[in-house]
Amino acid sequence: MPEMLSLSNDPILFICLMLAKILVVFIVVVLIVAYATYAERKIIGRMQTRLGPTMTGPLGLLQPIADGLKLFFKEDIIPAQASKLAFILAPMMILVPAFITIAVIPFGGDIVVGGYTMPLQISDLNIGILYILAMAGLGVYGIVLAGWASNNKYSLLGGVRSAAQVISYELAAGLSIIAVFMLSGTLSLRGIVAAQSASVLDWYIFSQPLAFCLFVITSLAEINRTPFDLPEAETELVSGFCTEYSSMKYALFFMAEYANMIVVSAITATLFLGGPAGPFAGPINLLLKIFFFMFLFIWIRATFPRVRYDQLMFMGWKVFLPLALLNIVITGAVVVFL
Amino acid sequence: MIKEFIQGLSITAKHLLPGHSTTVEYPKQKLEPSERFRGLHHLVLEHDREKCVACYLCPTVCPAKCITVEAGEDENGNKYPTVYQIDMLRCIFCGYCVEACPVEAIVMTGTYELANYKREDFCFTKERLLK
Repeated sequence: MPEMLSLSNDPILFICLMLAKILVVFIVVVLIVAYATYAERKIIGRMQTRLGPTMTGPLGLLQPIADGLKLFFKEDIIPAQASKLAFILAPMMILVPAFITIAVIPFGGDIVVGGYTMPLQISDLNIGILYILAMAGLGVYGIVLAGWASNNKYSLLGGVRSAAQVISYELAAGLSIIAVFMLSGTLSLRGIVAAQSASVLDWYIFSQPLAFCLFVITSLAEINRTPFDLPEAETELVSGFCTEYSSMKYALFFMAEYANMIVVSAITATLFLGGPAGPFAGPINLLLKIFFFMFLFIWIRATFPRVRYDQLMFMGWKVFLPLALLNIVITGAVVVFL
Repeated sequence: MIKEFIQGLSITAKHLLPGHSTTVEYPKQKLEPSERFRGLHHLVLEHDREKCVACYLCPTVCPAKCITVEAGEDENGNKYPTVYQIDMLRCIFCGYCVEACPVEAIVMTGTYELANYKREDFCFTKERLLK
């Protein structure tokens, strides 16, 4: 049997396949973002005994396209007193970290293309989790910058809240992941998926249920999703950090919110639910798991009211952080002594 | 606390099942208003002419002053309105005209789709009210 050639022996093919992978993943994510808005409106509508969009095309299926077109043709307003460069930069600074985080998510095993093995993952970083946490931390700069550059007190309050919230919850999220890679012994997401691949019972959701719950809840807080959407609390802050934004810049914030949801779903699926493992082909399994978490987030949004700011801080520092630390201690004891 | 969370989630999940939506898809699907609904006015006919005897009670009682009546007499000496006009842009649909009428010549129907394109189209003359 001939030895499998590595793709790096053929730079042109390597670059072509890499670009193809990036393009496919990008298009899939943008499509999910578009139809996540539709799904959210439909599901929340149903849950509140309404119907959601029905008029735009059959069952309202063209609604995301109509929304996109509307936002595209809206007037793009930059407030006269705003810091122009930062104002333009902020939406991109939110969207880009959200999209590039997906680069380290493995969405399948190896496939063979023309005698070369190709991993179904854009890039297998050996510090994958660190990269994810770094990008999650970077995302908040966009929000703070948007809040500051708008020169509007509500925007600024939204930005400041967001910074405080992300700092509080990133600790608990990061600490809950530590327990996972204490078990897997690697920071590479591919390695973590491989460590869970033996059987369904090897999925870390079964050995790390507490870490799983902590990670899902703190991730919700990190992506500013209800019930932790204080940075854009409509009732107090008009629209928070995106009050002054209009047209495509507003659309970028919107896309970033949903892209972040997809990223968090994908990370949770990879870390705790075996990533692409399952009964179907790899990418389909991962997509199903992503859709499950997206549905869960939408369901939570339809059900729970927003937490108060002191409750948010209380939960972050006094509940989740100690629980995450406790989880690390227990996991450490189990790893060392058993 | 967890129990309440699950309770809330189960309520929303129950609503997600088909058959829980209370939305009426209006232009396609219309609700029948109740019998007491106060919609567009209608002048009641009797023996091929209007019942109204032009007594001026309805324009007197009308709080919005939207009814214009001009009285006339036919060959038998019976009073009848030569002009009977309601300005729907002013009408507040209080139904006092119906209550005040001594001969029950004016009633209110269930018609509520009164939108129109021109101001003149909101002036309902006797002919339109008799239809």
